[in-house]
Amino acid sequence: MKRVQYEHSPIPYLFVAPQIIIIVIFFLWPAAQAVYQSFLLEDAFGLSSQFVWFRNYSDTILSGAWLQAAWFTMIFSFLVTFLSLGLALLLAVKANEVIQGASTYKTLLMWAYAIAPPVAGLMGNLMFNPLIGDLYGFMNAVGFDFDHKLDPVDAGFVVVLISVWKQVSVNFIFFLSGLQGIPKSVQEAALMDCKSSFRRFWTITFPLLAPTTFFLMVINITYAFFETFGIIDTTTQGAPGGATTTLVFKVFQDGFRGADIGGSSAQSVVLMLLVLALTVIQFRFIEKKVHY
Amino acid sequence: MSGVQLKFVRKTYPNGAEAIRGVDMDIKSGEMIVFVGPSGCGKSTLLRMVAGLESISGGDISIGDRVINDVSPSERDVAMVFQNYALYPHMSVRGNMSYGLKNRKLDKAEIEKRVNEAAKMLKIDQFLDRQPNQLSGGQRQRVAMGRAIVRNPQVFLFDEPLSNLDAKLRVQMRIEIKRLQRRMNVTSIYVTHDQTEAMTLADRLAVINDGLVEQMGAPMELYSNPKTLFVASFIGAPQINLIPVTFDGKTLNNGSLKLAGFKDLPENTDLVLGVRPDVMTQTTKGQLDMRVDLVEQHGGENLVYGALQGAVNDEGEELEICLKGDKALLPDLDAALRLSFDPATAFVFRKNTGERLL
Repeated sequence: MKRVQYEHSPIPYLFVAPQIIIIVIFFLWPAAQAVYQSFLLEDAFGLSSQFVWFRNYSDTILSGAWLQAAWFTMIFSFLVTFLSLGLALLLAVKANEVIQGASTYKTLLMWAYAIAPPVAGLMGNLMFNPLIGDLYGFMNAVGFDFDHKLDPVDAGFVVVLISVWKQVSVNFIFFLSGLQGIPKSVQEAALMDCKSSFRRFWTITFPLLAPTTFFLMVINITYAFFETFGIIDTTTQGAPGGATTTLVFKVFQDGFRGADIGGSSAQSVVLMLLVLALTVIQFRFIEKKVHY
Repeated sequence: MSGVQLKFVRKTYPNGAEAIRGVDMDIKSGEMIVFVGPSGCGKSTLLRMVAGLESISGGDISIGDRVINDVSPSERDVAMVFQNYALYPHMSVRGNMSYGLKNRKLDKAEIEKRVNEAAKMLKIDQFLDRQPNQLSGGQRQRVAMGRAIVRNPQVFLFDEPLSNLDAKLRVQMRIEIKRLQRRMNVTSIYVTHDQTEAMTLADRLAVINDGLVEQMGAPMELYSNPKTLFVASFIGAPQINLIPVTFDGKTLNNGSLKLAGFKDLPENTDLVLGVRPDVMTQTTKGQLDMRVDLVEQHGGENLVYGALQGAVNDEGEELEICLKGDKALLPDLDAALRLSFDPATAFVFRKNTGERLL
């Protein structure tokens, strides 16, 4: 069979050039730098450096602090993704059923979308301030011996809470539009076929939302891995004792605070490989179950 | 099997709009009823009220002896076929057909048996493991019908099921639906705006206009004996010729047109004369003169359209009429035709109320 051939023109390349230039300058170049730096040991003033092969890597992966951060990042990412997706789905389903004042509900639920993670962190910090924080006072008033400055679980609770709160609105918007994309007649057919609304949700609505859910899961895991940096930096700063240090925060701490450029570069390369592996897993195994 | 009774059924929306304004109907067991009417007349709303997809504002709907006003849609023992099929896109054909049965906790062997039987009947048994998006429009429609059939319901509801199909398939499916309904002998309500579909499918036809049933009866009864101007104009293709007239005691008049043979009509009142295109014949001595401006050849029959001479419509323009004849009737454009009709086959309506007088 003969295929239609069009004449090639350089113009399309010109159009994508800005994007490519941005990716090269702000992603590929720094990434290459990081890989290069990860093989070097540098003195604190950056005056001399020496090539040390994989020592930065072995130091990183074998250190207890890194393993602790990796463990916390996994738990933290799972909790943030699961809770913010679950909560957003619940809110979207309920808001979708509201008839009167629907737009007010929706607007209120989307509001937090406009807040940047560091701002959310600052707000959370105020609310959990031991002197003036309402939430801090509330937690203690209802009987918890709550102190996020000392207790690792309490500190984890604070960062998860703020991260979830910040992310729910984004997920809500996507879930709501996903719900509104389900044809009304399909829902009505289900209404005639199935009495239980709970069963209807899990057999019809949820499978039809799967593409949205999968997309959001990828987005949320990335969010939990990287973007929550701002929240952690403005609240616990990894304390107490590194209990709320995520891998990204540790890269920042070791590199910019600890001036260990080689070690933090090695960490960021490992982190990149981790996220790559995670994304491959998501697309390989979970996407298969998604019906578009 | 059981019938469906509607007793003074009303539907009022929260904004005060009245969609259904008191409908009484007694549908017998095994009967196929067609709701027909223009869009927005309330026919779909009425069907959806029987299905349970719209709440009932007043009156009672019962299936058999059971009033179902407050029964959930899945427990009314009705099955519905939707206009756009409404198949579950993430389930196979088999999954679509068995979903409702699984939720009713039927045992597996019984579900399997019913699905296979229905699939064979609808000739979709080789597609059972396909997804809906791998099927053509006609096949999807069959699956939608299969999903209704396996439920073995008291009542089938069809909401314009054929309007998404192409013309040829529509005729074919129409015949199939009729055959299936005959064979299964299940009470059915079918909504359409297509009057050919309505005429051919219905045991009885309900013409709905503005939330009320204008007339209900056998298709031919409605065709040859319409109670109102609306029914006369809605039933029949090509449409009935309507000529605005007044009566002066002897003849029906419009401009220089004078038609004799009518009596016992109110004088000085606006009337409408209705003459079906197929009761007029071309003769040399007739009551109407027509100037031909279009001939449609349908193969076995021809439709001749033209302006009625001497008469005007309500806007004072030429009055277009249509004549149905066999394929030999092939006048030239602008030819003058003389037409005659038996006044006994024509209808006379009061213009403002639409009520039939003759």
